[in-house]
Amino acid sequence: MSDKIEKVSIVVSKGSLEGIYPGLIMANGARAEGIDANLFFTFFGLDAIHTDRREHIKLATVGNPGLHLPTWAGGLPGVSALMTRYFGGKMAKLDIPPVPEFVDIIADTGAGLYACKASVDLFGFTKDDFIEQVKDIITVGEFYDLAAGGEIIFT
Amino acid sequence: MPTTSYAGTDVTVNEDGFFVDPAQWREEMAPEIAREAGIDTLTEQHWQVIKFMRQEYADNGTGPTVRALGKTSGVSVKELYRLFPKGPAKLAAKIAGIPKPHGCI
Repeated sequence: MSDKIEKVSIVVSKGSLEGIYPGLIMANGARAEGIDANLFFTFFGLDAIHTDRREHIKLATVGNPGLHLPTWAGGLPGVSALMTRYFGGKMAKLDIPPVPEFVDIIADTGAGLYACKASVDLFGFTKDDFIEQVKDIITVGEFYDLAAGGEIIFT
Repeated sequence: MPTTSYAGTDVTVNEDGFFVDPAQWREEMAPEIAREAGIDTLTEQHWQVIKFMRQEYADNGTGPTVRALGKTSGVSVKELYRLFPKGPAKLAAKIAGIPKPHGCI
């Protein structure tokens, strides 16, 4: 067996800024190393490929102890938008693209983008709600078929 | 550091095959490096990217990211991955005789 990873399938299950980026960075980084990559968006992670919602991905400022901000302060109106803008600016300086552009780039690298059928049904979405690069809405079983022979990463 | 030979000249490379000294690189070495990396023929578009990598390295001391390549080299991200399927920034840097770009994006 080869020591080198040849293929990854990455599950993006969260819809916050800090929930979405790790999966995108790992997928993009995989392709940059010549590793095959599939992205499976499930639950609130679907927002990352939702045509309208992906433009408004926000940082979670409540229930996020890593932010070192008191919970009551994180809940004040506008704080999430402010912190999102703050981190967006910092990331832009490091040449990290905003979520919509990043997802577009990853699709252009040849990675496969898929939406989870159970979540799509749960939220009442259809294929038309998603960006055109989404290849298909698939079941968890079909995801495992796609992921066969590679590593699965859950984020 | 291992030594290898391209176009009849000895060059120093690191353990991943990247040039240690970009000044040792010459254009006639590129096709051989490319063949080793699985690219049989260098097209005009490949050369466009390779020359862009050299220029970026000369200007900034590092190779560009794929995103920067797609934005400024005149070759789109999609095309870049068609030209260099095993990773454009990495492969083009290797063929262009510059160090592997260092970054997460």
